[in-house]
Amino acid sequence: MSERLSRRGTTIDGFRVLGVAIRREPWIFTLSTIGSVLFGALTVADAWVLGWATDHVVLPAFDDGETRSGLVVAVLALFLGVALLRAVGIVARRLGAGIMQYRMQAHSRRAVTRQYLALPMSWHQRHPTGQLLSNANSDVEAAWGPIAPLPMAVGTIAMMVIAVAQMFLTDWVLALVGMLVFPAVVLANLAYQRLASPLMTKAQQLRAELSEVAHESFDGAMVVKTLGREREETDRFAAKAAELRDVNIRAGRIRAAFDPTLAALPNLGVLVVLAVGVERVLHGATDPGDVVTVAYLLTVVSFPIRSIGWLLGEFPRSVVGYQRVRSVLRARGEMPYGVERLVPGEGGARLRVEHLRFRHDPDQRLLDDVDFDVEPGRTVAVVGATASGKSTLTDLLTRLVDPEDGRVLLDGVDLRDLAHGELATAVALVPQTAFLFDDTVRGNVTLGADVSDDDVWAALRAAQADGFVAALSDGLDTRLGERGTSLSGGQRQRISLARALVRRPRLLILDDATSAVDPEVEARILEALRSGDRDTTLVVVAYRKATIGLADEVVHLDDGRVVDRGSHEALLARNPAYAELVNAYEQHDELVGEVSS
Amino acid sequence: MSTTATLGTTVDEGAEIGAIATVRRGIQVSPELKDGLGRTLVLAVIASAGQVVVPIAMQQTLDRGINGSGGPDVSFVVLMGVVSALAIGLTSLASYLMTARLFTSSERGLATLRVKAFRHVHDLPLLTQNTERRGALVSRVTSDVDQVSQFLVFGGLLLVVSVGQVLVATVVMAVYSWQLTLVVWVCFAPLFLSIRYFQRKLSAAYGVVRRQVAVMLSAISEPVVGAAVVKSYAIEQRTQERIDTAIDEYKSASTQAQKFTVVSFSLGGISAGLANAGVLLIGIWLGFAGEVTAGTVLAFAFLVTLFVGPVQMGTQILTDAQNALVSWRRVIGILDTPADLVDPGESGQELPDRAVDVRFDDVTFAYPGGPPVLRDVDLEIAAGTRLAVVGETGSGKSTIAKLLTRLMDPTSGAVLLDGIDLREVRQVSLRRSVVLVPQEGFLFDDTVAANVRYGRLDATAEQILTAADELGLGDWVAGLPAGIDTRVGQRGESLSAGERQLVALLRAQLADPDLLVLDEATSAVDPALEMRIGRALERLMTGRTSVTIAHRLSTAENADEVVVVDRGRIVQRGPHAVLVVQEGSVYAGLHASWVSQQGTIGR
Repeated sequence: MSERLSRRGTTIDGFRVLGVAIRREPWIFTLSTIGSVLFGALTVADAWVLGWATDHVVLPAFDDGETRSGLVVAVLALFLGVALLRAVGIVARRLGAGIMQYRMQAHSRRAVTRQYLALPMSWHQRHPTGQLLSNANSDVEAAWGPIAPLPMAVGTIAMMVIAVAQMFLTDWVLALVGMLVFPAVVLANLAYQRLASPLMTKAQQLRAELSEVAHESFDGAMVVKTLGREREETDRFAAKAAELRDVNIRAGRIRAAFDPTLAALPNLGVLVVLAVGVERVLHGATDPGDVVTVAYLLTVVSFPIRSIGWLLGEFPRSVVGYQRVRSVLRARGEMPYGVERLVPGEGGARLRVEHLRFRHDPDQRLLDDVDFDVEPGRTVAVVGATASGKSTLTDLLTRLVDPEDGRVLLDGVDLRDLAHGELATAVALVPQTAFLFDDTVRGNVTLGADVSDDDVWAALRAAQADGFVAALSDGLDTRLGERGTSLSGGQRQRISLARALVRRPRLLILDDATSAVDPEVEARILEALRSGDRDTTLVVVAYRKATIGLADEVVHLDDGRVVDRGSHEALLARNPAYAELVNAYEQHDELVGEVSS
Repeated sequence: MSTTATLGTTVDEGAEIGAIATVRRGIQVSPELKDGLGRTLVLAVIASAGQVVVPIAMQQTLDRGINGSGGPDVSFVVLMGVVSALAIGLTSLASYLMTARLFTSSERGLATLRVKAFRHVHDLPLLTQNTERRGALVSRVTSDVDQVSQFLVFGGLLLVVSVGQVLVATVVMAVYSWQLTLVVWVCFAPLFLSIRYFQRKLSAAYGVVRRQVAVMLSAISEPVVGAAVVKSYAIEQRTQERIDTAIDEYKSASTQAQKFTVVSFSLGGISAGLANAGVLLIGIWLGFAGEVTAGTVLAFAFLVTLFVGPVQMGTQILTDAQNALVSWRRVIGILDTPADLVDPGESGQELPDRAVDVRFDDVTFAYPGGPPVLRDVDLEIAAGTRLAVVGETGSGKSTIAKLLTRLMDPTSGAVLLDGIDLREVRQVSLRRSVVLVPQEGFLFDDTVAANVRYGRLDATAEQILTAADELGLGDWVAGLPAGIDTRVGQRGESLSAGERQLVALLRAQLADPDLLVLDEATSAVDPALEMRIGRALERLMTGRTSVTIAHRLSTAENADEVVVVDRGRIVQRGPHAVLVVQEGSVYAGLHASWVSQQGTIGR
């Protein structure tokens, strides 16, 4: 669509964008247009009332020295009536235009965010947060910007048609001369669009980039602060701000030339009409009065032309914003869901991982031929060095990404065949880095599911989070702030763990989910998991032996491959790399012991 | 206010700054706005005079030149035609120059405002940064500034011109008849008097709009930033509902504001109708009294339109301006939020370029409105000591790290480095000498090398590789797909949590601090690597002071000294070997639990 759009002119594209809005909100558009026409008609009526009052009330009054009270009332009523009706027109036009604009913005934002929710992780990883926020905010605003001046422009077209018809009825030759204004306006507009469009595109792109820089920089505020890099960050932001400033100034200069040109063209048209008119009057081809009429009508037309100009002036930014929004809406994710459902059950789920092969992109490390299975109710520990692919594996197990090859089966069903939402009923992942929502503690644990407070507390207790939650000012109703930044890392991890536990998952996946928790608390969490009454199947990514100790089997991952499987003891005995990895702390102790003894 | 307010501080909304004060303060922040204002005003006068002169000149040409009594007066038409053409040209030129100048000075001024506000966000206390929604902070330096731009270019000057036109029209009217002028003003009085009321209403309404923008942006960012959680818990529907609510609330807030705008604008039209009727009726009445003639009354009817035009234009600009003013206030509000950690700047002291000693002098710290998290802490750390701080989660050990690096100032007492109160140390010097490696080291969407260079801007590739080798991370770097040129993705998410910590460590290593503070800096790294790094760090710590916050006691075992924090107080201090044998002590308990965790399964 973007290519198709750009081959046509911006003007046509701008009208197409408006067409989308009118089709979507026809009634409110009609209402505001009627308001606009009403306003125009009553502006004319105002002049008529003044003329009528002059002829029938003012002049007789001064001539006769008296006036009839009925007429006075009539004048008052007429003026106020016209003014009130005109006010109604204004309200209908402007409020209608506003509502139409806000509704279209809301429609686009809903559509865009639905895309964000529907598109797969791989798409999200490719698109910076700041840019996506910009798509949903300033691009949407830009796209529907021309709706505000639209009813006014449409309403005044009616005035224009009447004026033009009158011009032709008066003197068609002069009318034709006067009509030269229209192609001139079109040309001016074309020139404006051609010059301004690329700059508007650039400005909109820069707005997104600026938002990206700000977003990232504020996200990393702590690093910036602790390393004293405020100046460098400010320079980075200032460079983008300067780019945007320069583009805006260049676009502004063009706009500055466009507006007066549009204002001057009808006036110049009147001068041409006068020149031709004088000639015609001298040759007796027309009356002076007709020249005056045509010239007057042309000045009447000049205002509508300007209001249409304002409309067209919004087009370049609108088309660019619309295209950017469209590009999100057109993005296609490759994560279709199937229709299979899991058999609901109380016991643990059966997990089968078959020859998985995956990598994020060609430059990235590979997960290759990963193959293991977990019987219901059993616990498997995935152990491996930093960056051996453990987190990627958990992403695959919860279908945040799909494998290139191989498959993951839950109770014998390929994850890709499951209906949307089905996987989440059975599987819960507690990621390494906890993400909390700008919501209450309760909201963060239940995520909107219908769970009693008792169950929430039970889950918090199991996650060893009940203590600090109870100490919060409003307990479960305490709002945690965006991304839970008011809590410590360990506290966030425990809320995130409670979120998983409250769902009573049949397969629970813990990705080093207690790394920020101190040993005592961790021991209590593990105790709670171990003594749980449910036979949850458990996959834990872990380093610590206490956690590994929970496992019936260990899968040793190295450089994206399963290098060994078996019980902890067996692996310790036959696999030196594994032993070194998990016994590091004790070997260290021995080392210290040797040194100090 | 939400309860998070008790855990943090928020940014000034600037809500209580008046309109004039906002503009004055705005100009003070962005002096560029004043650039050539005099010349711009002159251009504005020419342009707006032209808007009156051109119609009059054309009117004259028509009436006298063509429609004159003795037939068309060709020479007059030619003369007036030339005059009109010149006037049109001059008006257009003046208008172009004026708008171009306005664009230039506004955009320059606003770029300055943006950058100043951005910088100030970084100067805000960590607590405030954490309390504020990111989206809200971002919108203040992006879309809020854009709102101001529209007003400055299309509104501000036009408002001044409109007021001028209203005054001129009043003077001209008064020349004809002061009584009728009074009538016109009386008819418009309700409008003028209600302007303040509507401005307050509008200001409040647009205030709600701007706040709703922030809420909406925050809601929209959820499926973007928290995509993994949203997907793995299949809570798309709930998330969408939250977003839809925010979108709808923004829509109704905007509609509400629009209602006020529209009503205040339509009042202008009604006032005009009243004025027209009033002039005619009172004019007739005055006529009876012989005060005015019919000609005056009729002329007045036209003068009223000269008055009404700019009044309506002015009201419209004023109402539109409220939106811009609210945004302007919000941006200025950031600048007016105190950066409570005041940098003494030039007058501050410099830290020496060697290992420093540290002293906590009766330090108490509490978050605003909260109970103390650290109480009466007295602590001396000799230069060159490797100190480990241990304690249960929530005991206050991370607070010690934040106070040491002056991310926060103590509520009472003082933290001294080399005998100097941290509050008196220049920020530049402090950041050069003291480096904190936090648990979640944020990475920027760039390469590993670029992220490491946050520690030392001019580090060469060789220096980075050397630092990696020194930390025992050479293998890891070599194993990255593109070495140190590997891109880390947004927030570093292409790397694992452990790898992000490695980058943060490298960053600190290159920064070469005199005091290194590690706050659980290797918690996500595998034990073997953690031990390797630990040993490397020990070597590198020679000649530096280091404070390590750790919950893995393996770190404590190897430190020169251990400090045990419990419920905000230091309860034990000494070498590991001494503390561990103190029966029933907190440390002995922590250690026992650590050992049992390690020893759950035999070897």
